[in-house]
Amino acid sequence: MVHFSSEEKSVINGLWGKVNVEETGGETLGRLLVVYPWTQRFFDSFGNLSSPSAIMGNPKVKAHGKKVLTAFGEAIKNLDNLKVTFAKLSELHCDKLHVDPENFRLLGNVLVIVLATHFGKEFTPDVQAAWQKLVSGVAIALAHKYH
Amino acid sequence: MSLTKTEKAIIMSIWDKMSVQADAIGTETLERLFSSYLQTKTYFPHFDLHPGSPQLRAHGSKVVAALGDAVKNLDNMEVALTRLSELHAYILRVDPVNFKLLSHCLLVTLAAHFPADFTADVHAAWDKFMSIVSSILTEKYR
Repeated sequence: MVHFSSEEKSVINGLWGKVNVEETGGETLGRLLVVYPWTQRFFDSFGNLSSPSAIMGNPKVKAHGKKVLTAFGEAIKNLDNLKVTFAKLSELHCDKLHVDPENFRLLGNVLVIVLATHFGKEFTPDVQAAWQKLVSGVAIALAHKYH
Repeated sequence: MSLTKTEKAIIMSIWDKMSVQADAIGTETLERLFSSYLQTKTYFPHFDLHPGSPQLRAHGSKVVAALGDAVKNLDNMEVALTRLSELHAYILRVDPVNFKLLSHCLLVTLAAHFPADFTADVHAAWDKFMSIVSSILTEKYR
């Protein structure tokens, strides 16, 4: 189970307070679909995903990205309890959505890169390390109920 | 996987920007690697890995210079990286999983230094490039 020091919690919360969830969510999901095109397999109903600009501008991608990142926000409120927090979502991703957990790792790393573009120098190696721990914890929690 | 003409152009254009700060970028990439992925330090017991260490800087510089060689030979990367491929396979034997970790840390460093340039398609091209370089470096492993 991932354990966060009070320093790491402070780093994570400090950055999260400045994140525009809607924009960052859309950007993150969009980049996942651009950089790893095979992830588009889950989004046949999303319409035009034919080019990077189509993907990044796609309203369904933006809306879904916002949903996904809002769920991340829940993680941040429950850093000591990720597995319980994501139990229902884990079941959903396994039983209904049939998502390979490798995709959670890919998305987490894309989020880290998006944060780096937004925060630049402020996204120091130590800040990144705390966030890598978070995205890894979320990925593990989301895979926890798989069977 | 091979790079399209467009991807090659993107890679070279970002290289031009980053080569001015090549050493700093190499060093920061390694700092990020060792901070986020503690297990990677096991390959460097002989190094002082504290930020600012001259060994870290020299090694970061070396890594980015090698990437520069690849960029200057995008049509022929296997040949350009032959020596490094053999080095990693027979001497260094770094577990293949670590190439993804280093690649990710390089992309984070580029994103932090060049936010306006590191658009989704640039991100995609560089992720692909690093994936190809990693393949070449692990090609002779077995």
